[in-house]
Amino acid sequence: MLIRKPADIPTSEITSESTYLNRRSVIAGLAATGLVGTSRAAPDHLETGTAQKELPGVTSGPFSTDEPPNSYEDITTYNNYYEFGTGKDDPHRNSGAFRPEPWTVRVEGEAEVTGEFDVEGLLSGVGLEERVYRMRCVEAWSMIIPWVGVPLGEVLKRFRPTSRAKYVAFQTVFRPDEMPGQRRRVLRWPYVEGLTMEEATNPLTLLAVGVYGVTLPNQNGAPLRLIVPWKYGFKGIKSIVSIRLQESPPSTSWNIAAPREYGFYANVNPEVDHPRWSQATERRIGSGFSGLFARRIPTQMFNGYGEQVAQLYSGLDLRRNY
Amino acid sequence: MNTRVYKPLLFAACLAPVIWLVLRIAGVLQPGLGANPAEEIQDELGVWALRLLLATLCVTPAARLLKKPRLYRFRRMLGLYAFFYCMLHPLAYFLLDLQLDFAHLGEDLLARTFITVGMGAVLLLIPLAITSTRGWQRRLGRRWNRLHRLIYPAAVLACWHFYWQVKADTAEPLLYCAILALLLGIRFWWSPLRGRLFRGG
Ligand code: HEM
Repeated sequence: MLIRKPADIPTSEITSESTYLNRRSVIAGLAATGLVGTSRAAPDHLETGTAQKELPGVTSGPFSTDEPPNSYEDITTYNNYYEFGTGKDDPHRNSGAFRPEPWTVRVEGEAEVTGEFDVEGLLSGVGLEERVYRMRCVEAWSMIIPWVGVPLGEVLKRFRPTSRAKYVAFQTVFRPDEMPGQRRRVLRWPYVEGLTMEEATNPLTLLAVGVYGVTLPNQNGAPLRLIVPWKYGFKGIKSIVSIRLQESPPSTSWNIAAPREYGFYANVNPEVDHPRWSQATERRIGSGFSGLFARRIPTQMFNGYGEQVAQLYSGLDLRRNY
Repeated sequence: MNTRVYKPLLFAACLAPVIWLVLRIAGVLQPGLGANPAEEIQDELGVWALRLLLATLCVTPAARLLKKPRLYRFRRMLGLYAFFYCMLHPLAYFLLDLQLDFAHLGEDLLARTFITVGMGAVLLLIPLAITSTRGWQRRLGRRWNRLHRLIYPAAVLACWHFYWQVKADTAEPLLYCAILALLLGIRFWWSPLRGRLFRGG
């Protein structure tokens, strides 16, 4: 297997490595003096079995909400990741045996540069940013999550997509030995997702490697996952091993499982209900009494990111293209 | 079998899930309710509603197969507890999840098929709870037995409701469906209906 080193990736369009390193150390230095707030401090109660590493040189990126983020504990103990089981606490409980290192990602399809890259190689030269995003699950609950990652568009353009690259298809790793949920065919494995090229290169779209300033815990999609904050959470494919640029629309796992309920776009839309429940409001996750009696809040069109993405869908009937 | 001992024991056992939930809410017992406490309470109550409904349906076959007619003494309590959870579960939904939003509730009950089906189960169980007393049993005579067969369609609707609210993993609801099928199958096997349907069988 040929694993390409960062040096193989064209760096014509990105900051040269040395300026990058410089910028990084300057920011790190400032952060140490407390002059700039970079990423929020890593929670000191990391209860995740696997020790998460602090990510260095994280700057605060654009588009962050100032709503108070959910606790690290809520984020890492309540989510959907069917590869580890279908209960909301299954990912947290059943992901201990998963090994996110070493990791390589295959980049293939309609691009001038393709191959197999390790995570560092894939992301090298693109600065890590913290983005505090709303996350709206299709099940009508939501969280505020401080992700750490890089804009997917920045990563993709280094592979010089050809003019035939209309879509990006992603695939999750298939490791039934380490992912007990994959031993039952609840969904067709491996999990697959996709975006249009415009969606993938929108500045909101993130390839995330961390949360709360530390590397992603296994249950949240280590080591590398997609964040598309204006779409329902299931679009955010986790533990990515393949990124393919292609001309035809990719299949997506939930659409295969229930085409009437989950479409390709899956944009957050309070006006288009799931066939079995309303999408007009959502429950903001929170444990304890405050969470128990928290009011439901109205769901926003495109999860509140319409200013950035509404133009991608002008002229599209969102009722049919759900 | 000493009814004086077993009835209070069963009473306490049936109440245990509620007490367990209250202690988890109060933070006395672990695990806590987690990141989505409203959902946890509601789901816990729903699953116990179904379990107790199926437990109620176990009494007759158990009494017959084990030749222990005294088991019938526990049927009313199990049935009423099943009803109790069948009320608490939608109540938790309405109070904690919908927060008394009547418009949302109305829409859910009418337009969300899995919720309509759940409501159907509750509606079928209401007359059974009302007529569960000895007085009503006496007054209705043989019609009481016929009326209380409504628990069969109610249990079918409850299982269907469970099956339908699942996103993809149908294993757990299918297990409950299988248990119900077994419990209804035994009754069919014993009933005169079988003889009439399959002549000579
Ligand atoms: C008006 C009546 C009812 C309403 C409004 C109602 C509502 C709901 C809702 C909204 C859910 C989904 C919860 C979620 O998304 O997590 C649910 C789940 C469930 N309900 Fe009901 N329900 C009703 C009656 C019943 C009855 C009569 C039973 C059983 C006897 C029942 C058993 C269940 C079960 C087992 C679940 C699944 C819980 C789980 O996910 O673990 N429900 N119900």
